[in-house]
Amino acid sequence: MSARDAIMGKLRKTLGAGTDDATRRETVAKRLAKPPKGIVPERGQGSDAHKVKLFCQMAEAVAASVTRVRSPERVPKIVSDYLRSRNLPASVRMGADRRLKAMPWDKLKSLELKYGPSDGFDEVGVSHAFAGIAETGTVALLSGKDNPSTVNFLPEHHIVVIDARDIAGDLETVLSSLRRKFGKGRMPRTVNFVTGPSRSGDIEQKIILGAHGPRALHLIVVG
Amino acid sequence: MEVTSPTFKQNAVHALADAQLQKALGNVRAGFIDKRRKAADALPEFDALRDAARDIKDHTLAHLDLYLEAYEEKVTESGGQVHWAETAEDARRIVLDICRMQNARTVTKGKSMITEEIALNDFLKLAGIKAVETDLGEYIIQLRNEHPSHIIAPAVHVNKDQVEADFRRAHDYLPADRDLTEPETLLDEARRVLRAQYFEAEIGITGANFLVAETGSSVIVTNEGNGDLTQLLPRVHIVVASIEKIVPTLNDVSQILRVLARSATGQDMSVYTTLSTGPRRKGDPDGPEQYHVILLDNGRTSMLGTEFQDMLRCIRCGACMNHCPVYHAVGGHAYGWVYPGPMGAVLTPSLIGIDQGGHLPNASTFCGRCESVCPMRIPLPKMMRHWREREFERGLNPATQRYGLKIWAAFAKRPRLYNFAASMAIPLLALFGGRKKRFSFLPLAGGWTRHRDLPAPESRTFMQQWRERESGKQRAAA
Repeated sequence: MSARDAIMGKLRKTLGAGTDDATRRETVAKRLAKPPKGIVPERGQGSDAHKVKLFCQMAEAVAASVTRVRSPERVPKIVSDYLRSRNLPASVRMGADRRLKAMPWDKLKSLELKYGPSDGFDEVGVSHAFAGIAETGTVALLSGKDNPSTVNFLPEHHIVVIDARDIAGDLETVLSSLRRKFGKGRMPRTVNFVTGPSRSGDIEQKIILGAHGPRALHLIVVG
Repeated sequence: MEVTSPTFKQNAVHALADAQLQKALGNVRAGFIDKRRKAADALPEFDALRDAARDIKDHTLAHLDLYLEAYEEKVTESGGQVHWAETAEDARRIVLDICRMQNARTVTKGKSMITEEIALNDFLKLAGIKAVETDLGEYIIQLRNEHPSHIIAPAVHVNKDQVEADFRRAHDYLPADRDLTEPETLLDEARRVLRAQYFEAEIGITGANFLVAETGSSVIVTNEGNGDLTQLLPRVHIVVASIEKIVPTLNDVSQILRVLARSATGQDMSVYTTLSTGPRRKGDPDGPEQYHVILLDNGRTSMLGTEFQDMLRCIRCGACMNHCPVYHAVGGHAYGWVYPGPMGAVLTPSLIGIDQGGHLPNASTFCGRCESVCPMRIPLPKMMRHWREREFERGLNPATQRYGLKIWAAFAKRPRLYNFAASMAIPLLALFGGRKKRFSFLPLAGGWTRHRDLPAPESRTFMQQWRERESGKQRAAA
């Protein structure tokens, strides 16, 4: 008997499956087809303006920094300002994401753009978020052809651009958008929900930023 | 690993006399409790979410066979491979087979209690494969050749100066005069040393906080980002998870996430919550080429349908040990196996047997704080009582305790005799208690009076006082 059969056999025996399997199967199929909404905290609900404001507040509360700009054209300048204010080399790593590519990077002659996955030697990575979650100040990042996940973890500084219209009140709303985008039950290889920069409390329970992931997380909210 | 649970009492005595440990345990008492309370208080829906989380797991456990089936189908559909393992040994062998197929010499590991449970590192070492722990706490204890003393803060028993000494010993190729006095400099050094390991490893092994039946995803929740680098950079990603990690849908994950981080570290959300589904897709610039999931039973199916089923709801947040006065006093290693604190006291006898772990459920004052903070509302004290009953039934506790209980039972089962004996003994004890109304020595009660005085009883028995109170009430009513 295979290990699978042995484990399943024990489970079915204990759970009394077989006697009323049709009902059990129907219950499971129903829940998978229509995931229950559950309890969604009030905190993230309200107007779009409230959501964006809360998103920024919550992100700052977990040690991310935030800049708000009116249009995507402003993003390259903000990135360049960020590098200069922290004395970082004028070079950023990013995926070939078309939302990022459409921005006027060429106006900044001295800024080097490196496309593709990170090799672990990048000071700064730039990503575009799929969505934001106001409730916790979280950004959602998806892997894909033009969005290497290594950019989210290997650089010392991570800059994430997010469209204000993509900021939802809660995680459930973002999960629904994922289902709409990829189809039911389908997902990209990696979905990263990122809430602030990397940290560790493993030495005497003192929280220190920059454990293995980026030491700093800067969010640029567009719109 | 060597099991020392049967000598819990001696372990505890050593722990109480260990000055370094006692200093470190102060951090548990000081940090976790306040942080959790603040985070819970800031979310009005927190208690309702605990109910929801409990109900989700209860529903899942009642349909576990079917959700496992659905999950397996989804993993396969997304290009991953599912392996089933009945025992720790089976799981270890599957990991080794994958390593051999890849000619792997180095594997990196995200923090995972399940690989502690199956003692994977020692096994891989014997097979000539280097397993590198990448979570800072796990890395520290790996250098010290120790096991975690806490399920989310594995090195909570270690002080800063000890970490410095360990790093100087292990990283002897670095300049001897470097400054390692602050936690920041220690973390920086670990970051640099481990960065190279992520790129060297052929295989990355993680656990899972959740396995999602709806999508076939494994979910890990971390703060450092080490788990992500572990599952992202090597050619092969292996997930080791026990079968009760399944949840039906992504929405169910969301409900439980809201209570997980708050209960564990007092965060609203951990820094990185990552969903991994299958291997890298066509055109993806990074990610592993192979994705394996090992579904491990190792005793879970035997807990289902028993009085210990509720324990399968546990999400390993550590809140029970953070609030446990016994854990605060002796730390995690005294418990003698992988899982310490109240959850360990319940889980250990289930997983390694009552003969080995039966002692642990006695390491409780039944104060009930663990249950009061458990995000999954697991009745931990009740289950510890169940284990004590079993221990008694099987005659595993010491003879003095058994005889004592038998004598007490002989009286307790005969109310008249009991009342008579009590009405004789209580006034006598009250008399001998003297003006201080305390005993500093009492025959047969040395275990108590060696460390503190025993208060002398009042001069009348409980039953006498009760009768007087009731008749007083009746008079007042009349």
